[in-house]
Amino acid sequence: MSGPTKPRLMQGNEACAEGALAAGVRFFAGYPITPSTEIAEILAERLPLLGGKFIQMEDEIASMAAVIGASLAGVKAITATSGPGFSLKQENIGFAAMAEVPCVVVNVQRTGPSTGVPTAAGQGDVLQARWGTHGDHPVIALCPSCVRETFELTVTAVNLSEKYRVPVILLMDEVIAHMREKVELPSPGEIKVIDRKKPRTPPEKFVPYQPDADGVPPMANFGEGYRYHVTGLIHDKMGFPTNKGPEIAGLVTRLTGKIEQNAADIIRWEGLYLEDAEVVVVAYGCVARSAREAVKKLRREGLNVGLFRPVTLWPFPAAEIAKRASRARGLVVAELNLGQLKLEVERASQGKTGVHFVGRIDGELLTPREIIAQVKGVL
Amino acid sequence: MLADIEEFYRLDRLPHIWCPGCGNGIVLACLVKAIKELKYDQDKTVVVSGIGCSSRASAYLDFNTLHTTHGRALAFATGIKLAKPELNIFVITGDGDSSAIGGNHLIHAARRNIDLNVVIFNNNIYGMTGGQYSPLTPKVQKATTAPYGTIERPFDLAKLVEAAGATYVARSTAYHTRLTTELIINGAKNKGFSVTEVISQCPVSYGRRNRFNTPAAMLEWQREMAVPVIKARSMAPEELEGKIITGELYRGHAPEYVSEYTKLTQRLKEEAEGV
Amino acid sequence: MPKDPANIGKPEVAIKDSWCKGCGICVALCPKKVLVMNAQGKAVVACPEKCVGCKMCAEHCPDYAITVEVE
Repeated sequence: MSGPTKPRLMQGNEACAEGALAAGVRFFAGYPITPSTEIAEILAERLPLLGGKFIQMEDEIASMAAVIGASLAGVKAITATSGPGFSLKQENIGFAAMAEVPCVVVNVQRTGPSTGVPTAAGQGDVLQARWGTHGDHPVIALCPSCVRETFELTVTAVNLSEKYRVPVILLMDEVIAHMREKVELPSPGEIKVIDRKKPRTPPEKFVPYQPDADGVPPMANFGEGYRYHVTGLIHDKMGFPTNKGPEIAGLVTRLTGKIEQNAADIIRWEGLYLEDAEVVVVAYGCVARSAREAVKKLRREGLNVGLFRPVTLWPFPAAEIAKRASRARGLVVAELNLGQLKLEVERASQGKTGVHFVGRIDGELLTPREIIAQVKGVL
Repeated sequence: MLADIEEFYRLDRLPHIWCPGCGNGIVLACLVKAIKELKYDQDKTVVVSGIGCSSRASAYLDFNTLHTTHGRALAFATGIKLAKPELNIFVITGDGDSSAIGGNHLIHAARRNIDLNVVIFNNNIYGMTGGQYSPLTPKVQKATTAPYGTIERPFDLAKLVEAAGATYVARSTAYHTRLTTELIINGAKNKGFSVTEVISQCPVSYGRRNRFNTPAAMLEWQREMAVPVIKARSMAPEELEGKIITGELYRGHAPEYVSEYTKLTQRLKEEAEGV
Repeated sequence: MPKDPANIGKPEVAIKDSWCKGCGICVALCPKKVLVMNAQGKAVVACPEKCVGCKMCAEHCPDYAITVEVE
């Protein structure tokens, strides 16, 4: 991509693919699954033209594995999937978290569980994005609510994965993925691209899992002279398996701690009319669009209602929610599930205010009217 | 210590975790000798392994080493090879890792004929978990999950990968160390998907349950059962029952995946420049 | 220590005791019965003069405990 881009009518999945390329992704491995497939199709066309690599693997598990392999070899890598595929990828996502391999997993959420409704939107993977793989582990999950933001957050996802050596989940939904909007993409010069830290020591002095002050160790790519061991086993600072209690606890604490420690850099959210809001609607992804409309209508009616839209679902902007909870008469969480993020909002609001809920699980979207009705109930 | 190959080991990681008499150490030395013979740059060589006893081998070797998830070594290796084709990649995997949980990746890596060199340490059992039967446990042999003898038919792994598209297929045993090294070298020289199955021994979880009193008895059994492929060609199927056919079993010619990909990108580049 | 003139040109077997796990493979495979198991269950060189340098022991030692030097 070069020169200023012209405004284009673009689908969310297309914006995701463009964002990945803009962030320097040159490897995609995936397996066809609705409603994410366009991302694979676009990258199958684009990557070979850019000297990048595209491969359709034999299954979802293999796709995740190939992405990790490519990243270890020094190439920024991404995969895209949906519910059933996201479930299959979980073990290897845990591997990436444990071995600190930067990678991005796009999950275009559909209605679940199981095969569910492949062509209908859902937001039922919110907790899976946080806790899908076993054991305590770090993760970042970002949630776009329009096509342009999908582009931006894909770049952000790649950047954060490189910066913190962590798998980043781009938690899209079917509406955002397939919706078309007029988008003017930033020119390449305007896009900030972050690359992983490289070792600053010669190979003989390299300690592969010795973190810097930010909790993140520099990363050597395979083939560049730093021969080291990578494993999904709990390992010591040299990368070798250990059964020693303090080393086990030390690693898991650092892995999760590096995200907590850098939360201020990672957490993103957006607010609308929050200053004097008596009721705050909390919504993300496609539902945030209905919520925005609802809040604007309520404001026109003279009601003090605001919108809080978490952009990072994980780590969750808990401190910001706590702030609103101490001032508001109530919070209304709107989402396409039975209350997954509501649990997190309740936890964050620490009982300071009532947390109410409006959701749908029938594959249809929440309308502004449904949100308005719930907010008025609280007022 | 095999002094002539110790430069390829992480000596501070030894002695290894394997049980007394385990074949893994023997087969691993054959692999290391092969890499030495091939004169591969250690910095440009990657050893990828899965999960299981044999897959712990990667940690002992002084290359770029990757100990992956169960069954998935080939899928990780595919990502590495495609991302950086200049790297030489060896994949260490066991019978359960490669043919049960990783069976899908095995046949698809073979189908692509991607330039990976696979050494399957086949000890006929899940050793790490204490002796459960694998898809390569011979029929009627006993395992903790087959206390009356397994009633399942084992795979012939060599035939499986040949049918799936591998262009180099060989078999040896832990007893036949020099043959094993030679076959791994030839496999590495093949530009494509190369599989060398090495029959190995698990004296603790397999041997003791199946009338092998000592590790040495298992090696002796490998020696007795081995039939060189040339000799096997003149033998009747019933004579070959239970035998281990060794040597280079198959060599094919097919386009290699990463080369095909490179050709594709080259073609696209020329088209873009030419038009 | 200088070699006994009688042993010049003879192969030399050495066993790293700390790495030997006592599996007995080397003792069983040695064609010349150079090695034996000791009371602690580890392999030791009993008859070095019989060694012909075939390296069956070293190549089949799963624990890399044996070195055979052939001049």
